[in-house]
Amino acid sequence: MESRLEILNILIPMALFLGSFFVFLFIWATKSGQYDDLDTPSKRMLLEDEVDLKE
Amino acid sequence: MTTETNSQDFETFSYDDKLTKMFVIATLIWGAVALFLGVWIAFELASYKLNLDLPWFTFGRLRPLHTNAAIFAFIGNAIFAGVYYSTQRLLKTRLASDLLGRIHFWGWQLIIVGAAITLPLGISSAKEYAELEWPLDILVAAIWVTFGINFFLTIQKRRERHIYVAIWFYIATIITVAVLYVVNNLAIPVSFMKSYSVFAGVQDALVQWWYGHNAVAFFLTTPFLGLMYYFIPKAINRPVYSYRLSIIHFWSLIFVYIWAGPHHLLYSTLPEWVQTLGVGFSIALWAPSWGGMINGLLTLRGAWDRVRREPILKFMATAVTFYGMSTFEGPLLSIKSVNSLAHFTDWIVGHVHSGTIGWNYMLTSGMIYFMVPKLWNTKLYSERLANIQFWSSTIGLLFYIVSMWAAGITQGLMWRAIDDTGKLVYKDFVETVDKIIPMYWLRAFGGTLVLIGFLILIYNVYKTIKNAPKDQVEEKFKALPLSAVPLDTHGGRHRKLEGLPLLFSVLAFLAILVGSVIELVPSLVSNQFIVMDARVKPYSALEVAGRDVYVREGCYTCHSQLVRPLIEDKLRYGRVSEAAEYVYDRPFQWGSRRIGPDLHRIGKKYGNIWHYRHMLNPREITPLSIMPNYPWLYKNKVKFEVLTKKLSVLAALGAPYSEEELKQAPAMAKAQAKLIIDELIADGVPEKMVNKEIIALIAYLQRLGVDMAEEKKDEVTSTK
Ligand code: HEC
Repeated sequence: MESRLEILNILIPMALFLGSFFVFLFIWATKSGQYDDLDTPSKRMLLEDEVDLKE
Repeated sequence: MTTETNSQDFETFSYDDKLTKMFVIATLIWGAVALFLGVWIAFELASYKLNLDLPWFTFGRLRPLHTNAAIFAFIGNAIFAGVYYSTQRLLKTRLASDLLGRIHFWGWQLIIVGAAITLPLGISSAKEYAELEWPLDILVAAIWVTFGINFFLTIQKRRERHIYVAIWFYIATIITVAVLYVVNNLAIPVSFMKSYSVFAGVQDALVQWWYGHNAVAFFLTTPFLGLMYYFIPKAINRPVYSYRLSIIHFWSLIFVYIWAGPHHLLYSTLPEWVQTLGVGFSIALWAPSWGGMINGLLTLRGAWDRVRREPILKFMATAVTFYGMSTFEGPLLSIKSVNSLAHFTDWIVGHVHSGTIGWNYMLTSGMIYFMVPKLWNTKLYSERLANIQFWSSTIGLLFYIVSMWAAGITQGLMWRAIDDTGKLVYKDFVETVDKIIPMYWLRAFGGTLVLIGFLILIYNVYKTIKNAPKDQVEEKFKALPLSAVPLDTHGGRHRKLEGLPLLFSVLAFLAILVGSVIELVPSLVSNQFIVMDARVKPYSALEVAGRDVYVREGCYTCHSQLVRPLIEDKLRYGRVSEAAEYVYDRPFQWGSRRIGPDLHRIGKKYGNIWHYRHMLNPREITPLSIMPNYPWLYKNKVKFEVLTKKLSVLAALGAPYSEEELKQAPAMAKAQAKLIIDELIADGVPEKMVNKEIIALIAYLQRLGVDMAEEKKDEVTSTK
């Protein structure tokens, strides 16, 4: 059945294309500094936002 | 590097908590419905009479409604409530759009109502946990995307630079579910409420379980891990045990999870290497899962006295414990030798419920007890009731799990018991059914306790809200905008990267696709895995009509259509199933359970009259049977006119029907029905039954698995 093979033409290049992004993703997450500080985020999330008392 | 900030730099904002409240209430309502349905169908298995001889009450139709309600209505609404609550607080911002939030809410409820109407009517695509027909599928996709857009826009307007780990779990959820859902539901419509899957047979099976497994992974697990990482630290007011571990947990989990789907298809006709890959990754999953569990539990370390006292923490600690238990059991069940015993048995059902009730229900309950007093600015009505709920649900769940273990292992051992002469010890399948009926009662009892627990939760929340102050004002908060938050590292680099959350999401989306694509592509495209066999012909028009009845009634919820290459399967059912036999099956109907026997070799096993009597009242043939009666199949007429359309769609998808067969489909179906009725008349069946659905169903059942039984002719082809 030809129809199945046609999927191949889309999916294989997609896999390769995505594969490279996969690696890029790791690099981005670390390089952009998201993980530079792994100590304070877990503590900061405990702080409630400051209530605005102006009104 | 500190920057002086003036008070006027602060921005004021409020949270859209109204939306969260709406989702909390929806969770409670649909939770009760989903659990009630579960209890009802549990009793149906214990006593077939509860099927009530009414189409919309039969197990085959209500079971899909139960699973969809539990996953998408109950747990879905709970996810949205928790995600909206925590995201706004973690990102120090209001949701990007109140309107999109409302569209999300009402759209989702509309889908649920649609499901509640269509599934009992038998409008089903018969793919597990994806039974909704195409119009609803489109709505699901649209609403999910609405949710996603609002979520990512919210990330973009955040006032907190660091994206807390919970949010990452939500991102993975949103993106993956979108892809999974769309791909698995690709189908070509025949009419407003009927379609045929674009995938057939083995390929459909692979796509379905890649979806099915990841529905568990990315709908029942990742969002809840995000919720765990938010609500447990908040509830106990201390940071997560190891933030570093949570990040590792996240990445390793999403990378590994996506590959594990084929463990649902062991000993099937799926290529061996795909199965092995699935098993390998399933076992590997044990590590990140337990990493997460340990991280959750250690967050509670040294505060066990509080866990003992406070219901919220009690629910959460129990949830994490069950998460650990079911993620231990899962890899265990993927080991081939264990799987050969457990697959198709109730053990799997127990496993699923230790996840959904133990993990999802428990965490949801804890989360609701945490959020409700805060959302409505009041105190919980009764801690005592919360404790009662806890015990009722926990004990109920233990009854459930233990009875299903016992039932599953009993079934598994009885099915495979072979005596010295090499014969099956329990030749009659129904013996193995009858044996576990007491377990079905115990399970139904356990489920009832869980339901009672949930009703207590509803009452408790209702009273809490009723006692809340009448005038609920939105509190105002203040925080610095992102531009005023100092950057601690890399200096200028961040500027460039600021718009990246959106990009990041796109990347994560692509990342998940990689795993999926690599696993799916070879089987989808390589014909050498499916040796086409010229003896296998597409279903006749009447058989297509019969197959659609099979799909509509949800026979797959009780019957498999897959004879595994195991000695006990061969002895009981006959020749092992081959991939080539399924090439015209849209959707595939392998099923995942054998409440009744496998049906792949049912064709020609009995005479037509056997089926005629059996479908009307199975107990007339098999006194101990628990299969529902299907009296309406003897009243409903086959819709012959639509058969041309149906066959055309199947032909467009690759079934080699001739022009003649398409044009003459109704006439040819009637002719085949005539042949069957002519034979049945001798046994006293009135001739007027000729146009009834039962005849079409018999035609289909008699066709099942017979094509390759005939001698191989010379012209066997292997496509390409
Ligand atoms: C609640 C579960 C349940 C549902 C739903 C169900 N069955 Fe059954 N079925 C059973 C059980 C249990 C048996 C074994 C006892 C018996 O022969 O009735 C059985 C037996 C059978 C058999 C005989 C198999 C054999 O090899 O002897 C056929 C055929 C069958 N079912 C067809 C169907 C069809 C078609 C549907 C859907 C319209 C259906 N069943 C729905 C539970 C179910």
